[in-house]
Amino acid sequence: MQFGLNESQEFLRGSARKFFAGECPIAEVRRLMETDTGFDAKLWVKLAEQGYTGIIFPEEFGGVGFGVVELILLMEEAGRALVPGPFFSTVVLAGSVLDSLASRDQKKKYLGPICRGEARSTVAFLEVGGSWDPNDVRLTAVNGKLRGEKRFVSDAAAAHWIIVVAQNGVFLVDAKAPGIRIQPMLGMDLTRKLYSVQFDDAPAEKLGETANSSRALDIATTALAAEMVGGMQRTLDITVEYAKTRKQFGKPIGIFQAVQHQCADMYLETESSRSAVYYAAWALQQHAPDAAAAVSIAKLYTSDASRTVGNRGIQVHGGMGFTWENDLHLYYRRAKASETAFGDATFHRERLARLAIDAEAVSAQKA
Amino acid sequence: MDLNLTPDEVAFRDEFRAWLKKNVPKDWNEWRGKPLEESFPYLRAWQRKLYEGGWAAVSWPKEYGGRSATLMQLAIFWEEMAGAEAPPMANNLGLGLIGPTIIAYGTDAQKKRFIPKILSAEEIWCQGFSEPNAGSDLAALQTEARLVDGHYVVNGQKVWTSYGWVGDWCELVVRTDPAVAKHKGLTVLLVDMKSPGVEVRPLRQMTGESEFNEIFFRDVRVPERNVLGKVNDGWNVAISTLMHERGAYGARLLPIFKRNVNRLIELSRTIQRNGRPAAEDPILRQKLAQCCAEVEIMRLNQLRAFSRITATGAPGPEGSIQKLFWSELNQRLQQLAQEMLGSYGQLLSGDSHAVDEGIWSYGYLRSRGNTIEAGTSEVQRNIIGHFVLGLPRSY
Repeated sequence: MQFGLNESQEFLRGSARKFFAGECPIAEVRRLMETDTGFDAKLWVKLAEQGYTGIIFPEEFGGVGFGVVELILLMEEAGRALVPGPFFSTVVLAGSVLDSLASRDQKKKYLGPICRGEARSTVAFLEVGGSWDPNDVRLTAVNGKLRGEKRFVSDAAAAHWIIVVAQNGVFLVDAKAPGIRIQPMLGMDLTRKLYSVQFDDAPAEKLGETANSSRALDIATTALAAEMVGGMQRTLDITVEYAKTRKQFGKPIGIFQAVQHQCADMYLETESSRSAVYYAAWALQQHAPDAAAAVSIAKLYTSDASRTVGNRGIQVHGGMGFTWENDLHLYYRRAKASETAFGDATFHRERLARLAIDAEAVSAQKA
Repeated sequence: MDLNLTPDEVAFRDEFRAWLKKNVPKDWNEWRGKPLEESFPYLRAWQRKLYEGGWAAVSWPKEYGGRSATLMQLAIFWEEMAGAEAPPMANNLGLGLIGPTIIAYGTDAQKKRFIPKILSAEEIWCQGFSEPNAGSDLAALQTEARLVDGHYVVNGQKVWTSYGWVGDWCELVVRTDPAVAKHKGLTVLLVDMKSPGVEVRPLRQMTGESEFNEIFFRDVRVPERNVLGKVNDGWNVAISTLMHERGAYGARLLPIFKRNVNRLIELSRTIQRNGRPAAEDPILRQKLAQCCAEVEIMRLNQLRAFSRITATGAPGPEGSIQKLFWSELNQRLQQLAQEMLGSYGQLLSGDSHAVDEGIWSYGYLRSRGNTIEAGTSEVQRNIIGHFVLGLPRSY
């Protein structure tokens, strides 16, 4: 048993960190967040050249064939750099759904172009009620056509295909198809754009059953939590650096315990989130029986911790932390959007309760 | 990253599991709720049994009576102990903290003399660190030792000494050079508690029991050969003990936490709150799930720390997050138990209506000590701030 990274995982993490620092510095993040979609064609080509757009997909479809652990290491680095645009929506979210639900022919048709960096996609899940419970999905396909509305669809305007979770299956629609209307929703996170998508008898291709999409959603949830850990780590690093250099009363403010203890708690929360996320990734990769519980533990802890880390970081920065020019709010905004995506802490505590507290579930597990 | 057990780990687990099945005493439940003073001979006998089976300190080198087990095997050891509902051992400090320090710093003669009897629980160890005026500021300690004719003559007072009342030997930190900076003049002595001039007084704590003691030393003579490590290098020796305490002690506690949270889940199905089982009360249900999650994260933090220690060779200051995490988690867990039990939560051991022989009222009071003992939460945050994050020293 060994919880550290192996050599190739360390290498992947190191090269991803270098890549994002070089190709997507914070000035570039700020430039892209002012654009309509946050998408940059040049960056996308480079992501594909690195193999990142195909990181966990089988080689026969043009992927690299890595596992969930490698995916979350990459996402942690993407989170640290606050990479804008449709990478998460396309590769992690839509990619995982295609990979776990689609037929071989569909994978060739859709996963191949994603791996090669030629196509982008996303998944539409939430509806008017805003519930992450799959049982609350109302939209239904009738005769291969979708009618209804999805909300909070990330990066829909940059997507070639929108994958729709409906009551009677998971469907893929061409974003340019007749009967589709995509309208921006103005979310707090400026780097990951949200949209409402209306379907007016849009022709749709079925990928698989909704009930079979839970693994893909668990992978996406864990990868998002990993991205949050990257953001927390960056927030901690920026804050510690500031506490070492900012002087008040003739001393660096980091010498004061009221400040230092905030930083220590940020460290504890970041490391504990990382433990939970790494384990969830490993459990998913191994198809372990406790994988679903591990995912909920990772998301519930990280959801609360990423908000708290942001709160502490801004507080330590004082007035500077409240300015537009300081980068902290960019991470803080992302953290809030990610906190609720795929269910916040309250949602996942309930999901964990169903797995770990309810008697029937526990005795079923033992049997 | 590979969290599957290796073939060696599986073999280790299976061998220990089989041994436990044969040897775990069946009557532990009758002893569980009793004060430590009463159950101590029972725990001593149980440790003796583990020792005879070669299981008392699996992570110690084979030559000293261990199995040279890896830290991961040690983690497996504690999980199996919990799974088998085995009683704890008697010589906790000797096995967890002091033995490893003697193995790291002791002479061959010291190792030969002390280690086997730590393992067999023939000699119980206590730890003489804190003093009335040296708690968090441990290096300010004043108990002094002067070298006279091949013996250190010790005078002073220690406080908060766990197992002092039953201790045969003490890992004692003393000042041997008052002229130098406070961290530099300290030495660690291994002191026979039966020496003339040692007086142990019970220190009654808020739980009502006397787990800790005050120890007074009046002209206590300690032979020079019982210096552990180098003279005036006691700070480093003591820090080594403390890092074991902070870094790895959580693995020993984890099984207890798991058992407690599992018991709370069981109770939540029968205890009625607002006209339904507590498990169905939306708030208690959320809090219970949070506790489950945090106990699991405690396990994962510990496994990650073990992997890191295996890679670097020694526990580092990062271990402070384990101590912070488990101590504050236990306070939340005990508070949740109180919320679930309502009026019954306050009932003490001995009351015929007390739930689980009163372990929850005891646990609630005892948990206040968790964020104080073995370095307060404030000290742990100072260690993280300065030694891990590189912030300037605040004290």
